[in-house]
Amino acid sequence: MSPADSVDQPIIRVEDFDLFYGGFQALLKVNMSIRPRQVTAIIGPSGCGKSTLLRSINRMNDLAGEVTTRGQIIIDKQPIYGKGINMVDLRKRVGMVFQRPNPFPLSIFENVAFGPRLHLGLSKTALREVVEKSLTGVGLWEEMKDRLYAPALSLTGEEQQRLCIARLIAVSPEVLLMDEPCSALDPIATDHIEELIRELKSQYTIVIVTHNMAQAARVSDETAYFYLGELIEMGQTEKIFTRPQKRATEDYITGRFG
Amino acid sequence: MKLDARLTEKVVFFLLLLATLVIVVPVFLIAGLIVKNGFAALSWEFLTQSPRLGMRAGGIFPAIVGTMYLVFGTAVFALPAGIFAAVYLCEYAKESRLTRIIDVAIVNLAGVPSVVYGLFGLGLFVVFLKFGTSILSGSLTLAIMSLPVIVTASREALNSVPQSFREVSLALGATRWQTISRVVLPNALPGIITGAILAISRAAGETAPILFTVAAFYLPRLPQTLFDQCMALPYHLYVISTQVPNLKPHIQYGTTLVLILMILIMNLTAVFIRAHFRKKKQW
Ligand SMILES: Nc1ncnc2c1ncn2[C@@H]1O[C@H](COP(=O)(O)OP(=O)(O)OP(=O)(O)O)[C@@H](O)[C@H]1O
Ligand SMILES: [Mg+2]
Repeated sequence: MSPADSVDQPIIRVEDFDLFYGGFQALLKVNMSIRPRQVTAIIGPSGCGKSTLLRSINRMNDLAGEVTTRGQIIIDKQPIYGKGINMVDLRKRVGMVFQRPNPFPLSIFENVAFGPRLHLGLSKTALREVVEKSLTGVGLWEEMKDRLYAPALSLTGEEQQRLCIARLIAVSPEVLLMDEPCSALDPIATDHIEELIRELKSQYTIVIVTHNMAQAARVSDETAYFYLGELIEMGQTEKIFTRPQKRATEDYITGRFG
Repeated sequence: MKLDARLTEKVVFFLLLLATLVIVVPVFLIAGLIVKNGFAALSWEFLTQSPRLGMRAGGIFPAIVGTMYLVFGTAVFALPAGIFAAVYLCEYAKESRLTRIIDVAIVNLAGVPSVVYGLFGLGLFVVFLKFGTSILSGSLTLAIMSLPVIVTASREALNSVPQSFREVSLALGATRWQTISRVVLPNALPGIITGAILAISRAAGETAPILFTVAAFYLPRLPQTLFDQCMALPYHLYVISTQVPNLKPHIQYGTTLVLILMILIMNLTAVFIRAHFRKKKQW
């Protein structure tokens, strides 16, 4: 495959995907393609299924009790709702950043080292290198290198969210799922995290759920608009925000509804 | 007729104070009496010697050691069983009829009179499994008695670990067990240990469960193996209070004081652990 190809080839394909919480259908026949090393934003009113879709991509929904699915999600040619799919491998490849920064009540170092300790039998020095690389990747290394053993919970909200991203990239995933990663942060911290997201997309495929339309416009290459569990429209962010094809999308992004 | 609100206030306050005093005063009276009379009996000899002259003289060393063995044995059996049961119920078992039945069983077990545990231990460990009256039988009986409390405390501790910790860990590719052993248990441990110490300290003071399963009336030498009988403070206290005529009362008070101090030390340890980790806990 040539490099040009690989940008066009979607890395994630969602195919006729239905998801039910018990009797309630939260996703309806969703079809979408997500391109590698791009930022894809998922927008839509509260309760439309954005988090549900995101959590379907790393199968975190399996933890929510009575969940049934139909259809398929394919990551890099591998169907993840097939038999014999290894959940540990999947979640290593597809990592998740949560809405509230949620470091473990451990030191900064131990937080970043958590994933590598699970998956790679690293020596002490190799582990330190991974930690350094991960913290550098999120722009925390210079500040934190002298206090790696300080408790992670003593950091600011922004630093904690950066740390959570570092903890994630320490296991070298391909895809980063972010569920409203800035909603617990102030506007300046939000700017910084958005900056980081733009940097990260050179190496990772990023899917971000956001309530903030301006944020979707700023950080994403493609945007998907959901309503009541259905994908209404998806396309290049610029187009979605300037010339949406569907009336519903236009109403939502112009704030006439939502 | 309308009562003056200020008067009502005073009367209510007085009644509440009275109720509190009814609880507190006897505790202080008992403690004071025991300390006052027992303190005189405490001596190096009392703590380190075997009873002599039909338990009318000498010390209570074998009973102290016996109780320590039993506390240790109870912990060895009850801690793993209790923690693993709680982990299973909280982290693995889906809510179902079976788990609800188990819930009810645990609550009811906690209310079973201790003499029933004693008879159960006699039937199962002493007779059926042929462990005899031994430290093994006694520890197992006390362990079973402590289990409901340990399981309940452990479940509370596990449930208080934020769900988000589990999610993050799983999202990082940890297995269920890695999540439990690396994230959930370490964060729940202070709560588990606190509950377990309280449960075991209660067991340490019980007489009925050890009566038929381990306790020796009078055994001046120390037990050598798990299959030996041993003396124990609560039972020794019972014996010298009811079976030995013409005993100087300060020996009873002294024995009581030692038993209470041992339990107090365990409880204070639990309180200290709890306070220490509550201060450190930041979520
Ligand atoms: N575990 C669950 N059990 C049952 N219903 C659920 C569960 N999780 C979500 N739902 C329902 O599924 C629908 C979609 O929820 P989801 O959390 O995906 O929405 P969302 O778009 O992320 O909303 P928000 O913007 O508020 O985060 C909602 O109606 C919600 O009530
Ligand atoms: Mg959501």
